[in-house]
Amino acid sequence: MSTFSLPSRRGLLFGTAAVSAGALLTGCTSNENNDAEDTDARRADAADDAPGKPVTIGFAGPQADHGWLNAINEMATERAGTYSDVTLEATEGSNDTAQQIGQIETLINKKVDVLVVLPADGKALTQVGLKAMDAGIPVVNLDRIFASPQAYRCWIGGDNYGMGLNAGRYIGERLKDKENAKVVELAGLDNLELTRQRTQGFDDALKNYPNIEKVARQAAEFTVESGQAKMAQLLRAVPEFDALWNHDDDQGVGAERAIQQAGRDEFFMVGGAGSKHAMDAIKADDTVLKATVLYPPTMAASAIDLARALGQGKGIGGLAEFEIPASLTLYSAVVTKDNVEQYLPTGFR
Amino acid sequence: MLSAAPAGKPPKDPAGNPDGDEAVPAPPSRGSRIGSVPIDLHHLSLFGVLAVLVAVGAVTVPEQFLSTGNLQLVLTQASVIGVVTVGVTFVIIGGGIDLSVGAIVALASVWATTVATQEFGLGGMLLCALLVGLGCGLVNGVLVAYGPMVPFIATLAMLASARGLALQISDGKTQVVEVDAVLELGLRDAYVLGVPPLVLIFAAVTLAGWLLLGRTTFGRRTVAVGGNAEAARLAGIDVRRHRLLLYLLSGLCCGIAAFMLIVLTGSGQNTNGNLYELDAIAAAIIGGTLLSGGRGTITGSVLGVLIFTTITNLFALNNLQSDVQQIAKGAIIVAAVLVQHRTARGGTST
Repeated sequence: MSTFSLPSRRGLLFGTAAVSAGALLTGCTSNENNDAEDTDARRADAADDAPGKPVTIGFAGPQADHGWLNAINEMATERAGTYSDVTLEATEGSNDTAQQIGQIETLINKKVDVLVVLPADGKALTQVGLKAMDAGIPVVNLDRIFASPQAYRCWIGGDNYGMGLNAGRYIGERLKDKENAKVVELAGLDNLELTRQRTQGFDDALKNYPNIEKVARQAAEFTVESGQAKMAQLLRAVPEFDALWNHDDDQGVGAERAIQQAGRDEFFMVGGAGSKHAMDAIKADDTVLKATVLYPPTMAASAIDLARALGQGKGIGGLAEFEIPASLTLYSAVVTKDNVEQYLPTGFR
Repeated sequence: MLSAAPAGKPPKDPAGNPDGDEAVPAPPSRGSRIGSVPIDLHHLSLFGVLAVLVAVGAVTVPEQFLSTGNLQLVLTQASVIGVVTVGVTFVIIGGGIDLSVGAIVALASVWATTVATQEFGLGGMLLCALLVGLGCGLVNGVLVAYGPMVPFIATLAMLASARGLALQISDGKTQVVEVDAVLELGLRDAYVLGVPPLVLIFAAVTLAGWLLLGRTTFGRRTVAVGGNAEAARLAGIDVRRHRLLLYLLSGLCCGIAAFMLIVLTGSGQNTNGNLYELDAIAAAIIGGTLLSGGRGTITGSVLGVLIFTTITNLFALNNLQSDVQQIAKGAIIVAAVLVQHRTARGGTST
């Protein structure tokens, strides 16, 4: 456990109470009101935008072959660029477990101060996470979680179950007065655990609405092509339904195309993740897409913030804790026409 | 794995060692056999499989399955991979393999939707897709025919680099198409007598492929080169040039398919054409094409594609989940190849 005490001790030494300050963890859009009402002397020990001790952050991200993953890499790089005291050592994105292990080992050998890792496979990369922690490098585990809590100092990620839950609730509320309502689910890649979690959340939410039945579910592959193909099949399989939940906005581009090609509009559609394309469509309100459930890539920017705070031995603003938390789960907000303006800046392309 | 090669015939060396058991005159006569007997025993068995699938659909989900709309859907979904399969079939009959088709489709679709090509409208995008396809085919062909590489390695390298380039050009983003003329091609208004334009393209490519393989010197040479390259060389065929042409043909088909995919999805993405190489090879093999080269038909390959697409359609209409779908698809490939092995033994003993 000596590995654990290192960042903790540093935190205790440097980090005193962290009060107020910027909404560091609420997403990269809100840099405002760092000055707020608080002028407490202790505030200096909460991480803020003022330059502090130089920190080198090693970043091992995913291969950017998908809109959301690409946004993860971009947001991390962009965020690191905003800090004059942060040096980012980013590896080439990879979805190959062995390659990513090698990249992280290189970063460990380079003796970076903090590591931010979005593993290709959380379970498979646990060992290298442990190795980094052993070497005294605190790890910020981004999104896909390591198998052991010893392999990271802090985990930040989205809430897949909550995503399904909130999609289900939104649909449920809209359809609660409709008898024998039918919903259809276009899921993501079925061999990913996150897909099962999203479906579980969705099903659990629908249990509160006995008038709604999920009549069909097909899994696509997070790609536009698969989204189009599977949605076209679903539209044939179910001649009439009331709502559609699509797990992913990228495959949603294909799904929307299939809907357009079939000339169907008797239902409303709820997307997932929060792409700019989806938010634009929600705002324009001229397609079946009426909402999208967030799984914001801003978590990558927040991970950089956390890593910087860890490296500088600071806490975070707005919490009474000395330390940054062990885990942070993002909220899967539902973006509709009513609140889309607020979320549009986080929409990824 | 012994059953991968038909009875008594060792797999052909892709480099073309004279290890075949055919006499020199055999290839041309075989080619004309393909031309004059388009429906052989194997094709009948494929039609049988299709008929069974249709019957299953008619029993389980009659209303959805037996509708005009569903027929249009199945054919549309078969069309993109179908065009790719026609090209791949030529390569395999010619004794080669093309693992890069999916990646070429991805690269061509991304290129045609970025790099300012959208400004040139439908024509510009189509031309771009075709040129990228041909360009990749040319590289494959030169590497295989004139370089020191076996087809497996050369096209594997193309797979990696084309995917990488597609990722780089697209920057990981989905490239949404803004050209109305392209988008409208995928909509119902563009149907010709109830047939979607994509299906028409598929039909045209199939017909062209069928004529090219069965009715031309090029087709007979393809069979000859794949059956016994050394014999073909002795018979006066420029084997290297012919191999180059086969990969160009495959690349061209990928370019056409990429454009079709752009029309279908209204976008270009670096993940397009995922696993097309395996689907196309599987369809060709099910259709009776020998993986070792020298035999195969366009009709068989297209039937193979239709069988796969119909299965996918049936699964979706019956709301089966993807794990079940994958297992069943694997089982069907095994079953079809077993049938093929039987008919190949019985039907083509020379």
